Amino acid sequence: MTVAVCDYGAGNVRSVALALERLGASVAVTRRAADVHAAGLAVLPGVGSAASAMESLRSTGLDAALRERVAAGKPTLGICLGLQLALEESEEDGGVSGLGLVPGRAIRLRDGRVPRIGWATVEPEGEAFYFAHSYAAETPAATARSEGIVAVAEAGSFLGVQFHPEKSGAAGARFLERCLSRV
Amino acid sequence: MPLPRLIPCLDVAGGRVVKGVRFEGLREVGDPVELGELYSEAGADELVYLDVKATLEGRDALVELVERIAERLAIPFTVGGGVHSAAAAAALLEAGADKISVNSAALERPALIGELAARLGSQAVVVAIDSAAGHVRTRAGTEPAGRQAVEWAREVEARGAGEILLTSIDADGTRDGYDLVLTAAVAEAVSIPVIASGGAGAARHIADALGIAQAALLASILHEDPARLTSLRAELRELGVPLRDAA
Repeated sequence: MTVAVCDYGAGNVRSVALALERLGASVAVTRRAADVHAAGLAVLPGVGSAASAMESLRSTGLDAALRERVAAGKPTLGICLGLQLALEESEEDGGVSGLGLVPGRAIRLRDGRVPRIGWATVEPEGEAFYFAHSYAAETPAATARSEGIVAVAEAGSFLGVQFHPEKSGAAGARFLERCLSRV
Repeated sequence: MPLPRLIPCLDVAGGRVVKGVRFEGLREVGDPVELGELYSEAGADELVYLDVKATLEGRDALVELVERIAERLAIPFTVGGGVHSAAAAAALLEAGADKISVNSAALERPALIGELAARLGSQAVVVAIDSAAGHVRTRAGTEPAGRQAVEWAREVEARGAGEILLTSIDADGTRDGYDLVLTAAVAEAVSIPVIASGGAGAARHIADALGIAQAALLASILHEDPARLTSLRAELRELGVPLRDAA
């Protein structure tokens, strides 16, 4: 299984690659569109600001590569900011256009302490995963929630998660293994 | 709210886990990667690595250590000690760390907090505050910083910090319990998560702190012994603290 992890200067690329390698995947950390097209699974990681992340996706051409890939029905996983960028827009940084792979928008968290940091249960499965975010998806494509907040969204061949499976211990490894086995 | 977190703290110097009081009498007690892995297996929710002699060492050594930790750990970890720039912090995040903790550097140049938040996102920026009788101290607690802890906590939040690691120097090392008055004052003053630190001697102390703060830092109570973390987790669950199921 080859996995392309999009490298566009947005933080946690190495952690994601290492977690997938621990599961036996052959991982290419890449900013080449051809690698993103060819891989069995493409992963869009990301932490930090939506505006600068979207800007680097555009400047590397990875935005188009990801859109074409999902249009072709190829499995694609977005993690944390990677889910938020996949939406139509984000209210972060005064408003940012997203990739439009998933209907909906990213909105700032308003309840509780923000950033929302820590392990929280994801329903309906009931396992705890690690979250670290100030924005969250508002989307009709949600398939799982954590304390009412969208934790997983699926649209076509795109699967987005708000939590960090690469930092969620055994539960995270099981989640990533399921992603790899579906490909 | 996410579940309450237990965060073992590992002091490192020269690439080894050390034990001792600040700069005095440091003694090597283990390998940071191995001990971190054992804490992770024992149910740690996160880890904090503090490079206690950071100002005396090359930064590349710390990046290499973070790379080794990231290869083996699948839980989040924070790195602190001697980070003075957004570029240095970004290098540590790229190596696999999740958060960067700053203390004296932020007191010397508060604008650093905003620079870190802009580059890394607030969720990756921890500001450590050392307080003695409500007054902030700097340089590993050796000097007064001329600020009130609550006022500084509000300021670091406004500047973009995503979390506060609050250590009570008064309680630290006493094993009489966390400084709940200080912790409550800071937790009420800000709306970002607060990690309580200093004074844990028993599970009851940790449960009390977790009634106020979102996480508890565990240092000397663990004695660098992962088995102690396992037993503390069991005791905390009996006290009704809803820790995650780490299996």
